[in-house]
Amino acid sequence: MAQKRWYDYLWIFSALYLVLGFFNILFAWIGLLCFFIPIIISAVFGTKSYCGRYCGRGQLFQLLGGKCGLSRQKEIPAFLRSHWFRYGFLIFFFTMFFNMLYNTYLVFAGAGTLKQVVTLLWTFKLPWNWAYTAAGVAPWVAQFAFGFYSVMLTSTVLGLITMLLFRPRSWCVYCPMGTMTQLICTAKNHKKINL
Amino acid sequence: MVKTKKTAVINKKLCVGCGCCQAVCPLKAVTVQGGMFAVVNTDLCVGCGKCVKACPACVIKVEVQA
Repeated sequence: MAQKRWYDYLWIFSALYLVLGFFNILFAWIGLLCFFIPIIISAVFGTKSYCGRYCGRGQLFQLLGGKCGLSRQKEIPAFLRSHWFRYGFLIFFFTMFFNMLYNTYLVFAGAGTLKQVVTLLWTFKLPWNWAYTAAGVAPWVAQFAFGFYSVMLTSTVLGLITMLLFRPRSWCVYCPMGTMTQLICTAKNHKKINL
Repeated sequence: MVKTKKTAVINKKLCVGCGCCQAVCPLKAVTVQGGMFAVVNTDLCVGCGKCVKACPACVIKVEVQA
């Protein structure tokens, strides 16, 4: 068996992140690392090594679906891996992301009030007031945390559903970060490598 | 008897470049090229099929080469 490296344990970080959000929503800010690190790696080095090596979420799905045997191990439907769906989901995901940023701005500008809810699957508003005490931080900081944790929890739930239904890392097929880093790498490397 | 060789073949157009195949390949025959798609080194590949099972997008097949 191959020797384990330090980055093979990043799934602990991912699992811990989801748990910490139940105790204090402000931990959600740490999740920005999962946004910036893959973008920096792809923009600077032109590789998708984040996906294969450092993605804690992918490792978590691999562990649950693979070693724990929770996945049905069925082939993913063709439409889920089509370019239409992948790019469509990327656009949808970022539209909702910017909508979340706009809501944060409204709270920052004083035009909106802080909503202590986590929105699951962009629809279901779950009350989350136990994980927030108003001491010490500006309302917009907390609003971003609630919004960002909603994004992370929603994508984890979607990933878990496709992990159960298809293969462990089915999320990787339509992961917006994966699609975006692939686009960045293609823009950077397409002249060097023939398609 | 005609000697045949099995090798993994990747659909580059549908590959998402996640690197799952690279991680499971016992012979390090698969690499993700420039973060775009995975490429098989046919000299190293023995067609064991581990990458076929690991690929979340199901874009790898094992084919017999003459």
